Amino acid sequence: MSEEQERPEPERIPFMQRVIENPFLLLFLGVVMPTVFYILWGVMEIATIPVAN
Amino acid sequence: MARFRICPDSGFYFDRSAESLIKVNAVAAAVSLLFAGIMALGVILTRWQDVHLLPADRFYQALTLHGINALIFWIIFFEIAILYFASSTLLRCRLAAPRWAWLGFVLMVAGAVLNNIAVLRGRSSVMMTSYAPMQAEPSFYLGLIVFAVGALIGCFVFLGTLVIARDEKTYEGSIPLVTFGALTACIIAVFTIASGAIILIPTWLWSIGYINHIDAAMYRLIWWGLGHSSQQINVAAHVSVWYLIAGVLFGARPMSEKVSRTAFLLYILFLQLASAHHILVDPGISSEWKVFNTSYAMYLAVLASMIHGLTVPGSVEVAQRRKGLTKGMFEWLRKAPWGNPVFSGFFLSLVIFGFIGGITGVVMGTEQINLIIHNTIYVPAHFHATVAVGTTLAFMALTYLLIPVLFRRELFLPGIAKLQPYVFSAGMTLMILFMLGAGTLGVSRRHWDMAFTGSLLSFEYPGTAYVMMAVAGIGGVLGVVGGAMYLVVTVGSLLFGRKKDPEAGLLQSFGFPMSSGRYGVARAEPLPMAPRLSVEEHGSAGFEAPGTFVLAMTLLVAFVIYYFVNWDYLSSVWPLR
Repeated sequence: MSEEQERPEPERIPFMQRVIENPFLLLFLGVVMPTVFYILWGVMEIATIPVAN
Repeated sequence: MARFRICPDSGFYFDRSAESLIKVNAVAAAVSLLFAGIMALGVILTRWQDVHLLPADRFYQALTLHGINALIFWIIFFEIAILYFASSTLLRCRLAAPRWAWLGFVLMVAGAVLNNIAVLRGRSSVMMTSYAPMQAEPSFYLGLIVFAVGALIGCFVFLGTLVIARDEKTYEGSIPLVTFGALTACIIAVFTIASGAIILIPTWLWSIGYINHIDAAMYRLIWWGLGHSSQQINVAAHVSVWYLIAGVLFGARPMSEKVSRTAFLLYILFLQLASAHHILVDPGISSEWKVFNTSYAMYLAVLASMIHGLTVPGSVEVAQRRKGLTKGMFEWLRKAPWGNPVFSGFFLSLVIFGFIGGITGVVMGTEQINLIIHNTIYVPAHFHATVAVGTTLAFMALTYLLIPVLFRRELFLPGIAKLQPYVFSAGMTLMILFMLGAGTLGVSRRHWDMAFTGSLLSFEYPGTAYVMMAVAGIGGVLGVVGGAMYLVVTVGSLLFGRKKDPEAGLLQSFGFPMSSGRYGVARAEPLPMAPRLSVEEHGSAGFEAPGTFVLAMTLLVAFVIYYFVNWDYLSSVWPLR
């Protein structure tokens, strides 16, 4: 049996754990979510109010 | 190079730079709280109509100083201290870029001073929200911007420390849950500060004449991305503090790491969207935006809080039951160390945050029933339950824990310290409950004179509203006394507390490191991964903690009843016939 075959397979880290353990991905998500749903959506609504004549 | 000292009582590793920075940020936080507390007295004694202490201009000045010092400076200085503690100390890692961290601290102090001076000069009494077109002095906005830049540097120092800890393998497995909670707070802080920059920089330019107009609706929308999200940093930070205290006092482990971390993830994704409840009656923004951001997204954040509300006391119960306190539902709680201010502060913070802050928050976030109380004194009642009791009391409890460990001093006047969480929470709860009642009767927030003396358009509140505001005044004064007790104990401990280390002198209390001989550890032992709990292995611990389950059901029943009462009240205020 070769050496490669003897080496145990590294434990597979579940997808959600990989997400949760990446602080910069979390930072990205935590900034993008409120920026899109709160700020950009809200700004677009205010910006599209017709100007009074 | 040797850089760590090990606390002989707690086993915590303190990096020399991180230790100084944690101390100075905590001290700056306490100074801000002192200022906020003095101003609180002026505010509450004016809103108590029989006393009506301050004239109108002084009232709005005091309200501005109270709001900004309590809601921005006190908590963010303290949170930066928590970020450094949760990264460097808990991960046994050197602090990333300590010089940048010092620069951040200096900017925060400069910004806070600049802002406070602007308000004290009397031409910036625009309250914390500083709604355009009200205009403050340029230094008011500049102070906030400079403070925010300093805080942002603190956030990136925290993130950098996480990277160093991972690269240098100072811990095994995943980062501890408390550090993960601090990461959540940091992420929310980055969004908060970005929102602040988007709106405060143009507002500052407007105040110095470079921009001629700030749209009021746009200002409100983006400002609340700063104003409300800054309070969500608190939620993530104080929940982390709860887990920390439960772990240190009881050796408690989260009932399920997965569930608790998922709850923090829900905070990261959805908590900031709750800012929308301030905009619920604003024209110009659609119902779709309002309903999505409050009634859908916000509930996912509420779900996360309910998870923490179950798992934190649940973890304490599991730990207590393992020690043999298994009689009945609540022996674990009855025999908890109620005389220890670390525990009493922590537990009262948790209960009052959940029962009052949580329930009223959901009521305010529901578009229809929000109409009953929007912009009434109900709103400050809610955020005093969440911030003044939930966050502030948790931070007070943490201070009692850290004074011997970090500052190496014994508590000054331990008898006062023992009483302090009870006095503070009793006073604040009294004030909050009666402000909630007065708000339901329509009493306005931020209003100097509820009697409308001399106004052309007056309004007469029912006598009950005056009584409620008077009782709220008594509660508020008691709360200020509780806050003063905290400051006497903490400042007294730093100045006069018995030394637990001969080198813990006066200068060391205010950030100077001890002699280099004290930091004799070059590289900390890696933080071992905690062994799995049997509770965690089968995924659910519902009946491992039956007392907590009963408490959670009590909260749920209270919530359902209160929610129903508010809908019923709405139908009577606005009947459909």
